[in-house]
Amino acid sequence: MNSKFDKKDNVLYLEITEEIDHHTTEKIRRVMDNEITRFMPRKIVFDFSNVSFMDSAGIGLLIGRYKLIKLLGGTAEIINANKIISKVLEMSGILKIIPIQNEENVS
Amino acid sequence: MKSKYDNEMELEFLSKSNNEAFARITVAAFAAQLDPTIEELADIKTAVSEAVTNCIIHGYENTEGLIKIKATLLKNEIEIEISDSGKGIEDIELARKPLYTTKGNLERSGMGFTIMESFMDEVTINSVVDIGTKVTMKKRIKKQENAEENEEKNALIN
Repeated sequence: MNSKFDKKDNVLYLEITEEIDHHTTEKIRRVMDNEITRFMPRKIVFDFSNVSFMDSAGIGLLIGRYKLIKLLGGTAEIINANKIISKVLEMSGILKIIPIQNEENVS
Repeated sequence: MKSKYDNEMELEFLSKSNNEAFARITVAAFAAQLDPTIEELADIKTAVSEAVTNCIIHGYENTEGLIKIKATLLKNEIEIEISDSGKGIEDIELARKPLYTTKGNLERSGMGFTIMESFMDEVTINSVVDIGTKVTMKKRIKKQENAEENEEKNALIN
């Protein structure tokens, strides 16, 4: 996991750098929650550029972080999800609350 | 012994969460013999990951047990059986429902069976309480036109 905080726009970028399953989510969750509570951003952006696999554990992970950012009054977005990851995201219905953005449109 | 399948394999491992990646990668490597597309292969990996995770979290509830995978190939179809000797499922219909989960506190999405069903062509669940659960999934790999063309090309060259 890499994270980058854009101070000017108050956006926290969370770049996941491994396959997402039940085994890996615990650690990813811990790091993400730590970063979110540390920066209190108005928006979190999940960057999937380096994710080659995700199962339903990833959906649980995203919903959990969405609940946290919503509690803080912020929003969440997804960028750079490949075709295979998008298929799982679309199926889950999660895109209604955490939309996919083209990278150029990210503020 | 003459197998009625074109190929078959069996795999047995402990219900440890770091075996989730091991299981899906191994089954995918076996399925690769059918020359699937990247997307078909990803479907198989995801479905296997879901089923194995269910054995670990629900079947054995994070205690140690054995998970068994049997996979067979016949023509263009792969059949994958994933079983545990865990606590079993009381209400299979309920377990199949999208978003239903008994482990909401663990941030489980309740999408496991829904993903298996939509990514595979057939999913059968057999479960007996206190005996265990067996999930059987089938996927037919579509014949790729390009692969056919390549074969024809190779035949012409040779």
